[in-house]
Amino acid sequence: MSTDRDPEEQERFEKARRRFLKGAGIGAAATAAAATLPAPAWGGQTLGDAFGSFFQKHYKRMNPDEINAALGRIERRARDRYGVDIKCGNAPPLEGVVFGYALNLSRCKGYRECVAGCIKENNQGRDSQVQYIRVLQMNKGDMNLEHSEHYYNPKEVPVPGKFYLPVQCMQCDDPPCVKACPVKATWMEPDGVTVVDYDWCIGCRYCMAACPYWARHFNWTKPQIPAEELNPDTHYLGNRPRPLGVVEKCHFCLQRTRKGRQPACEEACPTGARVFGNLLDPNSEIRFILANKTVFRLKEELGTEPKFWYYTDE
Amino acid sequence: MTIMTLLRFVSDAAREMFRGPQKYWGWLGLLTVIVVIGGFQYARQAQEGLVVTGMSDQVSWGFYIANFAFLVGIAAAAVLLVIPAYLFDRKDVKEVVLIGEGMAVAAVVMAMAFVTVDLGRPDRLWHLLPGIGEFNWPLSLLAWDIVVLTGYLVLNLAIPFYVLFSKYRGKEPNFRAYFPFVVLAMFWAISIHTVTAFLFSANPARPFWHTALLGPRFIASAFASGPALIILTLQAVRKFTDYPISQSVIDLLALIMTFALQISLFFVGAELFTDFYNEGAHAASMHYLFLGIGDFGALRPWIWTALAMNLVAVAILMINPLRRHVTTLNFACVLAFIGIWIEKGMGLVIPGFIPTPLGEIFEYTPTVPELLITAGVWALGMLVFTLITKAVIAIQSGRISLHKQPEPAKVGDFIR
Repeated sequence: MSTDRDPEEQERFEKARRRFLKGAGIGAAATAAAATLPAPAWGGQTLGDAFGSFFQKHYKRMNPDEINAALGRIERRARDRYGVDIKCGNAPPLEGVVFGYALNLSRCKGYRECVAGCIKENNQGRDSQVQYIRVLQMNKGDMNLEHSEHYYNPKEVPVPGKFYLPVQCMQCDDPPCVKACPVKATWMEPDGVTVVDYDWCIGCRYCMAACPYWARHFNWTKPQIPAEELNPDTHYLGNRPRPLGVVEKCHFCLQRTRKGRQPACEEACPTGARVFGNLLDPNSEIRFILANKTVFRLKEELGTEPKFWYYTDE
Repeated sequence: MTIMTLLRFVSDAAREMFRGPQKYWGWLGLLTVIVVIGGFQYARQAQEGLVVTGMSDQVSWGFYIANFAFLVGIAAAAVLLVIPAYLFDRKDVKEVVLIGEGMAVAAVVMAMAFVTVDLGRPDRLWHLLPGIGEFNWPLSLLAWDIVVLTGYLVLNLAIPFYVLFSKYRGKEPNFRAYFPFVVLAMFWAISIHTVTAFLFSANPARPFWHTALLGPRFIASAFASGPALIILTLQAVRKFTDYPISQSVIDLLALIMTFALQISLFFVGAELFTDFYNEGAHAASMHYLFLGIGDFGALRPWIWTALAMNLVAVAILMINPLRRHVTTLNFACVLAFIGIWIEKGMGLVIPGFIPTPLGEIFEYTPTVPELLITAGVWALGMLVFTLITKAVIAIQSGRISLHKQPEPAKVGDFIR
């Protein structure tokens, strides 16, 4: 070991260099003096970005300029942390749309492709194992969740005598988690999706205690995502990389569905068990199911009005 | 003139807080060391995240919130001195009521500290401030809790401050001026613990907490654990200072504690009957707590120990000679304090999360950093209480006052 840097040191050097170049680049734009100072003390951010992040307002209180500045910071942070150029958008809810989901239990075979698709699409921490969807292996003839198997791992699914119950955020129309939040960091959007402002959440986890579906997850550690697997197409209220110490949840793939695409779980499902759609469109498939199938909702008796229905083939 | 008097009052009180014999400095030093150790562990937690604790998505609140719930009860119990002192005008209680209020201040400080160390993003605490933040009041019960705890802290600082400042100037405090606030503080004391109970019972998602009995249970157990701590503390004050503590105050508190513990145990019995006579889904957490589910039963020995401690305590308290004897009374106080700390702390918070709403059973054990941070917060509270009580006693006994030339601080006071 003479003048050669060891790999770890090399990496640190590279990071510092990138930060410096980036700092010099955006320095001209806004907070010139502050942004050009490479300041590792601010968690690897420039002083300007650290300042901007700290004083960033609530999502709903930001004007378009402030939102654009926030989106810029998110993109820079992702580049700094993962070395990936992401695009963080802010697509608004579509007019005349309220999203809902229906799931055909007869078709679900427990492959958990939806879980895998969701993890990739939504940039979930790999080592922290945050998953928005949990597929329960249930005993036939029994709906008691306490008898379910969460970590089933047989050679082959479906196992005889079992059926499979995927559970995720039910996008309640009267969400108890929204009531619980002391800082209004989570709310229901006009398209019926409950979202989290990851930059406003204080991490008290009261919403997690309030959720009857165990749909909310906390970043106990800084989420780790392999750079090559990072999905660069992101949304502020959706799948952008999350910070440490905040709560996150299923948001019906806002970054896709607000552009007319399917959610990743529906796309990933090999059996066609999942039907996502607009509840306000009388011609949608989901409306057909609600009108013609016998449906039920999980824990309907709690009065939270889930917008997620289960049904079976007769 | 008034400003100057006020400044002198504050500086005299502050000087008194840091004056004392070697033993006193040793006590302060010990507490400071524990606070610092906790502080270092907290720095680590802030750096690495709450992953250093034993908490998980399954059990998302743990030891911190357990201690929080318990300490709000201790804070509320100060009202048991406030009522006889101000409403029934009992002179003996009036002499110690400020010590009780000092304990309330320390308990609220600890409760607030426990919620703060539990936050994933303490750097965003300002999001709670009305105006520049977004405060979800009156919808969020947590917002309510912040309001009532802050209000209670202010009341318990302001009333004693006024009384002591009057005393310091050699004047009688104007009863008409502060009595309305005393009445407000009485209702407020009940409200802090009720709101804390509602914070839990408001969640149909957690059947174990979702019971109308939770509020009454919280109050009953607080009125047992609170007096237990006050009785022990007053005896410590009697031992280490020359401040007179009437035995009649301790007798009164022991009697209140007896009734409260009886009621508290009756409530526990009522819950057990309702859950276990026809065991439905509502009973799963209770089953886990008392009997365990399958191979999982980490809390089982704790809750049975707590129940046994409370039963022995109530038996001692109900036998007149034993309640009046200092040794057995103190023994009962220690038992009830620890018993309720287990029952209302870990015994209440953790089973709410087991099984999860999706029926998963995942156990929780606090980690070493979590325990050290908790110890740090407790030491901080004791430090606050010690300093307040030191000044309160000096002013109450007339040792420091405006008309007395303050003794110059001796160098020896600080280095001894």
